Amino acid sequence: MLVLSALISGLGLGSMYGLMALGFHVTYAVSGTVNFAQGSSMMLGAVLTFAFAQTLGWPIGLAIMLALLLCAAYGLLVEALAVRPFVKRGSDAWLMATVAMGIVLDNVVMFTFGKEPRSLHSPLAQTPLEIGGLGLGVYPLQIIIPVVGLCLAAGVHYLSRRTRWGTAMLAVVQNRDASRLMGIPVRRIVAGAFALSAVFAGVAGALIAPLVNVHSEMGTVFGLKAFAVAILGGIGSAWGVIVAGLLFGLMEAVIAATLGSGYTQIISFSVVIVALAVRPNGLFGRAQVRKV
Amino acid sequence: MFCKNRRTVLAAVIAATAYCTIPSALAAEPIKIGLVTALSGQSALSGEAITRGLSVAIDEINAKGGLLGGRKIELVRRDDEGNPTKGVTAARELIYKEKVAVIFGGLDTPVSIAIVRMANQEKVPFMGPWAAGTPITKNGTTPNFAFRVSAVDEIVDRGMLNYAQKTFKATKPGMILVNNSWGESNEKGLTAALSAQNMQAVGVEKFEATDVDVVPQLTRLKMAGADVLFMVGNVGPSAQVVKSLDRMGWKVPIVSHWGPAGGRFTELAGPSAKNVTFVQTYSFFGKQSAVGERVIKALKAKYPEIKSAEDITPAVGVANAYDAMQLAALAIANAGSTEGDAVRQGFYKIDRYEGLIKTYVKPFSTEVHDALTENDYVWAYFSDNHILPVGMASR
Repeated sequence: MLVLSALISGLGLGSMYGLMALGFHVTYAVSGTVNFAQGSSMMLGAVLTFAFAQTLGWPIGLAIMLALLLCAAYGLLVEALAVRPFVKRGSDAWLMATVAMGIVLDNVVMFTFGKEPRSLHSPLAQTPLEIGGLGLGVYPLQIIIPVVGLCLAAGVHYLSRRTRWGTAMLAVVQNRDASRLMGIPVRRIVAGAFALSAVFAGVAGALIAPLVNVHSEMGTVFGLKAFAVAILGGIGSAWGVIVAGLLFGLMEAVIAATLGSGYTQIISFSVVIVALAVRPNGLFGRAQVRKV
Repeated sequence: MFCKNRRTVLAAVIAATAYCTIPSALAAEPIKIGLVTALSGQSALSGEAITRGLSVAIDEINAKGGLLGGRKIELVRRDDEGNPTKGVTAARELIYKEKVAVIFGGLDTPVSIAIVRMANQEKVPFMGPWAAGTPITKNGTTPNFAFRVSAVDEIVDRGMLNYAQKTFKATKPGMILVNNSWGESNEKGLTAALSAQNMQAVGVEKFEATDVDVVPQLTRLKMAGADVLFMVGNVGPSAQVVKSLDRMGWKVPIVSHWGPAGGRFTELAGPSAKNVTFVQTYSFFGKQSAVGERVIKALKAKYPEIKSAEDITPAVGVANAYDAMQLAALAIANAGSTEGDAVRQGFYKIDRYEGLIKTYVKPFSTEVHDALTENDYVWAYFSDNHILPVGMASR
């Protein structure tokens, strides 16, 4: 039972990492940049869902939708203020600027939402599941989280392969100038990728909020781990980052179940280093071909 | 001649002005008291509670004319964000730049331990109004500048074992401890308390403050046959332990250090929060002493959001800080100056002080730097969002 519970819990956590890492993938694929404020976007999704659903008492569906819309707006803001101006000048300062945007958001939330951790109540995280009278030690929400994660990854895959917007996105990845000449609105595509990336993180935040304590710093560790997952999976591969997220979550859960949670960071990040030494482009990434 | 006379008169005026001004400037110069605590992040409420306790005490002292011939006390606060490195940086600034007479610590034992090292080096008295780690005051340094008006882990640990034995007839306790120096300090204390009674824990499990799931650790304790859990962790992580127990469907008594008191434990942990019994040093509920009545009245006047005893939370932060400030003021008065070593000696000279938590009689000596003892602790639990002493109302 311990192993089963750990595996389900690990899959849930892993899909959180995967969802956030998918956000890293989307912006990197389109613009070659990443949004290091992903952890803060996740926190924003959780805090706004809490504020709308619990503080204001709105229906949970409406609360999540509105929270995600605001996350998308935050993603657009990050792109407009912390990425575009620097990329235009050929500077890599967007790295620091996106980190700074995250810190600013964390502090704004701390002053507005408050300093205390809060808890979002959900009927999906109140009664543990049972099979044949035996407690599984997991809530229904922990089963739903990986399902949503995989569905969103499939959605991104479909979007990028089967829709005009996705084709335009792939064209931007291939050749920015040629895309612009073909009438593709490159700037809007890149901005859209940042909005989508923040929405993924927001979904992760809204889903995990009933399982953890909601506070302004909750995204910091998640953001860091999600970036490790994106690199591990191969940041250019959508399925790669999702699978790497699930593997990372499972690894953490199994280490915690067998050795104790004090060892999870040491062992899981050591495994990431070893994996990258063996496959420098990530588990599912491909080396970029530079034509000269 | 005229010029010479004019210069002489001018010099005399300047000298007279300086003579009159300097002593009054010195008299007016405030005595700064430093506070390094969490003012943001998950433990921010604790910093606010300490601030309130200190502020009410400072207002009382200043209203009586201040210290050392009319010098007012001024509180200078810095945020450590629960981070030892930031705590030391803040303490350094308070010692060197603000020249504080006494530096107060906050909730986090790792931060306090880091600051005490510096306080002992710089010979500035440190006063702990909350963090309970044993090595804060028992730090092996002579002379020792660290004092405390709060619970002490090794004493709390003995109390936790006694309470578990008396109330739950516990014979096979398990430990679930946060993985930091506070957890480590209590592991040592609990192990020593158990050894003294020829007992040992059936298991010792650690969890990280950021852990989402504590089921694996708790499952191991359940499989080891634990009949009571000793829990040590701040409010957020403690709530995760209670939630994980709920998910497992394991109804085991939990005897805890005072971490749950640091925030909205019932909201975070859910209905099972009421099953956790934890230690406190003071309760503003029930009949109060004259000092208690006075402090509650002052708190209500200064902080309009405080309407009744249930709004004075976390109570330990307010109460400990109030008494600690009054004792520090007595030490400065005994020292006759704000010089660090003189103030340290001043603590030893405190004879009697009728405080909020108790009447202190010679609370400090070269051997004893903790003003509170086992007899000063209160066992409490959460009823909705209120911390009530055990036995005050049915659960």
